[in-house]
Amino acid sequence: MSVLLIAEHDNSKLKPFTLNAITAASKIDSDVHVLVAGANCENVTKEVASVPLVKKVLWCDSPNYQNYLPENLAPLVTKTAEKYDHIVASANTFGKNFMPRVAAALDISQVSDIIKVSSPDTFIRPIYAGNAFATVKSNDKKKCVTIRPTSFDPAEKNGGSAQVEKIEAVDVPNTSKFIKREETKSERPELGTARIVVSGGRGLESGENFKLITDIADKLNAAVGASRAAVDAGYISNDHQVGQTGKVVVPDLYIAVGISGAIQHLAGMKESKIIVAINKDGEAPIFSVADYGLEADLFKALPEFLAELNKLNTIQK
Amino acid sequence: MKILVAVKRVIDYNVQIRVKEDGSGVHTDNVKMSTNPPDDNAVEESVKLKESGKVKEVVAISIGEDKAQETIRKALAVGADKGIHVKADNYIEPLGIAKILKKIVEKEKPDMVFLGKQAIDDDCNQTGQMLAAMLNWPQATFTSKVNLKDKSVEIVREIDEGLETIEVNLPAVVSCDLRLNEPRFASLPNIMKAKKKPMEQINAKDLRVDLTNRIQQIKVEEPPKRKAGIKVANVAELVSKLKNEAKVL
Repeated sequence: MSVLLIAEHDNSKLKPFTLNAITAASKIDSDVHVLVAGANCENVTKEVASVPLVKKVLWCDSPNYQNYLPENLAPLVTKTAEKYDHIVASANTFGKNFMPRVAAALDISQVSDIIKVSSPDTFIRPIYAGNAFATVKSNDKKKCVTIRPTSFDPAEKNGGSAQVEKIEAVDVPNTSKFIKREETKSERPELGTARIVVSGGRGLESGENFKLITDIADKLNAAVGASRAAVDAGYISNDHQVGQTGKVVVPDLYIAVGISGAIQHLAGMKESKIIVAINKDGEAPIFSVADYGLEADLFKALPEFLAELNKLNTIQK
Repeated sequence: MKILVAVKRVIDYNVQIRVKEDGSGVHTDNVKMSTNPPDDNAVEESVKLKESGKVKEVVAISIGEDKAQETIRKALAVGADKGIHVKADNYIEPLGIAKILKKIVEKEKPDMVFLGKQAIDDDCNQTGQMLAAMLNWPQATFTSKVNLKDKSVEIVREIDEGLETIEVNLPAVVSCDLRLNEPRFASLPNIMKAKKKPMEQINAKDLRVDLTNRIQQIKVEEPPKRKAGIKVANVAELVSKLKNEAKVL
């Protein structure tokens, strides 16, 4: 009844959401095995082996897995899956990309984006942009499951010493080629895991005005988010988008500025612990989910907000 | 070249859905339906490629009840050449949809299949990838830019870290993101013309693929509601509440 989890990493470091996925996997079955496929990724295998919830690490090292092209990765996962009852990955752009290929190859109906494990075959997942929760039972013999990382706590990182077993690479089809990745580099915390997120919408009116958002984010050591409208308008890059088709965030504090609160945006943030909305339109739907709403012109309110924050002696980090 | 573009009829993205009290699903009676938004981007991109001269024919397909034909007609009205309606009255999981699409691909022999990256009703994000795997084709998911070459297509994809550029050999499956393009509106004359374009109808049963659903929906419920919040008078009150009441600063 073991679970096979596919680790996400950049060949030198484990991506943090894998720890959340490990927690989810351990709720399905305690015998969690993690596949680390990559190129020169030995460091990642060590990191994974030290996670106490991990019972075994499978390490497959080949240049073919360097950029986790799904055409290359899926056949390896499919073959490795033979001995497992569950195949699990994060429901982010990494897991969403390859997992359905694995499911199709195994003739399995995948369960996407679960937020709760009710039993090894029954899960809860949001549908309709999180406006309904479906409890679903998979009747397939094997199960392919992607998990919403922000719905599970990250697993403890240190103290374990799982065995690392090397496995052979499999043939690749050579039908796809990686060219480049343009990653937005930032000193700020990652959007998906930040304790505080400050998000801007179309109300910011320009990319330059996003400085009002980033100034506050820097003061609070927060990540910067955005609505789809702000990304579409070119104010900020796509990796900041929060929503149904962007990222789902669950910070302790989410501050939505100049965001009206379309259903699709709410889908990505309404599970946040505390929500603040700053908007000049008092009827904006964002106020319906806000714990604290401030009906104000953001161009006046944000500088004042920064000034008030500067007055505080301490800000939790 | 030829493109098969798959479109799905879903509850309109602006509709606030209502969960049925008996937990069996959501209300769909008298609810506005429209094309799944990223499928509109898939149609737009296919039509643009046709207009550029690189693609000769665009075939639009939808799987579902009779009303799915409206969704196909909409694709025809913005420039698709032919429609295929695979009639199926019950819900089919992405795995089954991918099996149907595979059968149609074998018959139509397109060079590319375009579709939306995700349907906004079941939010599964599976069909394109599954179809690509079944055909043993490469895939490009979450596509925000398409550069079609003779034997391959270069794609910019939206990923969590930013943007990724890949090149995949043809034939390939391309799943489209909302930022790929700006879907056009159909003009009235084109809507009239679309009524005369050919529409083939196939019964899903006749395709002889296993469409048994594997996932049992036990119940659908409303998510827990948030406690009603308050409005604060000014910034100073907001900061004081965040510091002393919510204790998040």
